Amino acid sequence: MSASEDTFMVLCQLLEPFNTAKIALKPETDISADLNIDSVSVMDFVMEVEDHFNIDIPLNVLSETRSIDDLVKVVDGRLAKG
Amino acid sequence: MIDLLDKHRHTAERHERMLSLGANAVGLTNDRILSPTRAIIDGRETVLAGTNNYMGITFEADCIAAGQEALALYGTGTTGSRIANGSYAMHRQLERELASFLNRKHCIMFTTGYQANLGMLAGLAGPKDTIYLDADSHSSIYDGCTLSGAKLVRFRHNDASDLDKRLARSEDEGGGRLVVLEGIYSMLGDRAPLADFVEVKKKHGFQLLVDEAHSFGVLGQNGRGLADEAGLEDDVDFVVGTFSKSIGAIGGFGAGNHPLFNMLRYASRPYMFTASPSPATVATSLAAVRKLEAEPERRDRLRANSARLFNGFKSLGLALGCDAVSPIVAVNCPDEVSTIAMWNALLKAGVYVNIALPPGTPGKQCLLRCSVSAAHSFEDIDRIITLFGEVVAEGHYKKAV
Repeated sequence: MSASEDTFMVLCQLLEPFNTAKIALKPETDISADLNIDSVSVMDFVMEVEDHFNIDIPLNVLSETRSIDDLVKVVDGRLAKG
Repeated sequence: MIDLLDKHRHTAERHERMLSLGANAVGLTNDRILSPTRAIIDGRETVLAGTNNYMGITFEADCIAAGQEALALYGTGTTGSRIANGSYAMHRQLERELASFLNRKHCIMFTTGYQANLGMLAGLAGPKDTIYLDADSHSSIYDGCTLSGAKLVRFRHNDASDLDKRLARSEDEGGGRLVVLEGIYSMLGDRAPLADFVEVKKKHGFQLLVDEAHSFGVLGQNGRGLADEAGLEDDVDFVVGTFSKSIGAIGGFGAGNHPLFNMLRYASRPYMFTASPSPATVATSLAAVRKLEAEPERRDRLRANSARLFNGFKSLGLALGCDAVSPIVAVNCPDEVSTIAMWNALLKAGVYVNIALPPGTPGKQCLLRCSVSAAHSFEDIDRIITLFGEVVAEGHYKKAV
């Protein structure tokens, strides 16, 4: 399993408490629109992601981050930066 | 063609659902305002317990007279920004007197409280800097942060150790670092644990801004806010506040001791590119600042009223937004439908409170938010408690877990 697949799996686990409609998660799933998660909850979810990976994901990055796959790329990029 | 307003269709549906449950909880009309604590709503005299009129200062005869005199002497508006049209002497006088009240060297006034946060944050921080903001920050802080172009890191609400961790992660990135807190958080009424954050400041080194919007005039021996109450004013670099709550007008301010502070006037777009506050507003604000200084007993009355409401709600078994006595007393309700039902029942019984629903609340809470005024009588407070008790008895409420 690649690093990206690992990251995707972790993000799906972290998304579960926010995915109240239990929608099947795919890389192209839009975190806010498809899962009907409001903007504050998206920020709360990202905080969980930051703590899990011990990285910072500045809020500025989120405006360009729509899908789970977008977030996978952000996380992997931040992890690679160390 | 894509209709731009299509994206708001779900908001319209939610609004319709809310209307179908009773009055317009987010678009109420006050037909007449009778006093700081009374209005006519739907033909009924109603106790106002959701107006942030902490000092009860909106109908003071000397403030009204000062506003009327300024209106007659200086006209209805300034018709432009201070950068383009110049300041009025009264703008400078208000800034001087407010700086003195705040025990700060410099003060800049803004046209609204919202713009005070926009103007201060966008003036202080730029794209090379990082702003650390509390997760429960007011929207004006989020918007000011966005306008600044700075890197934005959000830390867990009132959690100094979480801020410590995030600062440590980005220790060597260069650029300035600004931490933003609020004296009293507007939804739940809780204070920032300022001493804990000051410890983190000593460890990491950053500049600290405290938005005292809900605590200015309210907290501290001198009414200067949370930093005054905590005895930590020297550790706070910048203070932001508003004239729309304890001052009973409209406008906002930023203050600090930094020798370059006044350069924000030439760097802050929300200061530079908007009309300056109107003469009547400046005059009533100035009169109100003097009143805050001359009448500390208003703060005592507010504290007594806040404690009475807090303890009354506790005795009803209501789940409250925070454990400390605060002029904001928020009741945590089980869900949106029961919150709207309770709000309607309270309004019909003659008390107005704020309704606050997700996503505008922390942790998706549904709140009935009361704000207490120094102008409330004990009878008013007891009536609010009684009416909440009746609504609970009607079964609209069960204790939120």
